Amino acid sequence: MLEINQLEKSFGDTQVLTSIDLSVKPGELVFVIGPSGSGKSTMLRCCNRLEEPTSGSILLDGEHVTACHGAALDKMRLKIGMVFQGFHLYPHKSVLANVMLAQVKALKRSKEEAKARAMEMLDHVGLAHKADAMPSELSGGQQQRVAIARALALDPKVMLFDEPTSALDPELVGSVLKVMKQLRDEGMTMVVVSHEMDFAREAADRVVFMDGGVVVEAGTPEEIFGSPKSERLRAFLSRLHPSAS
Amino acid sequence: MRFLDTFFDGAVMAKYLPDLLSAIVTTLWLSVIIVLGGLALGLVLACLRTLGRWYLTLPIVAFADIGRALPPLVVILIFYFGLPGLGLNLSGPMVLILVLGGVLAAFAEEIFWAGLTAVAKGQWEAGRATGLSFAQTLFEIALPQAIRMGIPPLVNRALAITKMTALGSVIGVKEILAVSSSAQSFSGSATPLTMAALAYLAIFLPVVILSRLLERRYAWAV
Repeated sequence: MLEINQLEKSFGDTQVLTSIDLSVKPGELVFVIGPSGSGKSTMLRCCNRLEEPTSGSILLDGEHVTACHGAALDKMRLKIGMVFQGFHLYPHKSVLANVMLAQVKALKRSKEEAKARAMEMLDHVGLAHKADAMPSELSGGQQQRVAIARALALDPKVMLFDEPTSALDPELVGSVLKVMKQLRDEGMTMVVVSHEMDFAREAADRVVFMDGGVVVEAGTPEEIFGSPKSERLRAFLSRLHPSAS
Repeated sequence: MRFLDTFFDGAVMAKYLPDLLSAIVTTLWLSVIIVLGGLALGLVLACLRTLGRWYLTLPIVAFADIGRALPPLVVILIFYFGLPGLGLNLSGPMVLILVLGGVLAAFAEEIFWAGLTAVAKGQWEAGRATGLSFAQTLFEIALPQAIRMGIPPLVNRALAITKMTALGSVIGVKEILAVSSSAQSFSGSATPLTMAALAYLAIFLPVVILSRLLERRYAWAV
């Protein structure tokens, strides 16, 4: 479904990603972990070209994401949903208008169709009753669920989550993870960058550990958390749970 | 009593009221054209600047900086008394519209631009990531937020510029100050100037109040 081949990214002289290879199968939830500054978010942002890869290729269903430009890239991005750490809802638009905007402007759906789809998606994330609210009236967890609905309403083939719960108060994290779990169970293909290790254990099909801009280790949650092979991964995990090891 | 005779002489008021009313009309239509034209031009320039092409940015920044630095009166005099030397005769109102509209555009461009740069980067990313084009993201997401942030300074600037229509008095435009000042010379009474002050208040106080309502309407918590 999503193929990342030999992805490299540097900012000026700083090499951030080195020869990243990652293949995500349809319906798979790939979880990316690693210390901050390891390039996880940059890798994710290269997938929809919010960051321009320095070299390498990214394919979605066999189509080159990396070769698209202009309108073709805009079209490609419709197939790649993205959820940000900071939600980034449009503060001047109602919740409903947030979820409708790209449907009408980019997908060229009719207003009625877009509204119906938006309400369906808001219902899906448990926020249909907030359709007329402004984003500022919602809690962080609610805003993030609206952001998920906004991405889902475009019927993407893959969803990218960039630390979706990192900006949330601890008691609001659960509601967002619940929606993500539900998405996974419905067969959505997902790539998640996050520090929610319990969620990774429970919901991930595959866990990828990145450090220093390279993929150090990848495997099932049992392999990664149960029997880490590399020293770097062991060190990373022990820093997270000093008492457990 | 001497105060009333000097500033509120009934006979003088009655005599010059018709002239003043037509001057108010002149000030009003000049102001409307200057504000609409200036804001529209400023908005277009700020949008062009977002494209980030040096051959657009350079002249826009030069225009904004020069327009904000020069006293409008100097430019008005140059246009009105200098351009005829090049065979270009512009009427007084035309000069006023071009110069004041241009100065407002210079300030408005900077205000819109400041608003655009203050819109969080994540807003652009959210727009582009959902498949919106650069232009759609600009017009649907960034610009509405930039305009709302710009309303208070824009209103101030628009008010300041429209009050400068009084500069038209030096190039023979029959606006409020020109008419009342000549009436003052003819009548020897300060009453026409009082009438001018009242006329300006009648025009601008409602605008100021309206702008307060507008600011409240577009305020939202972030």
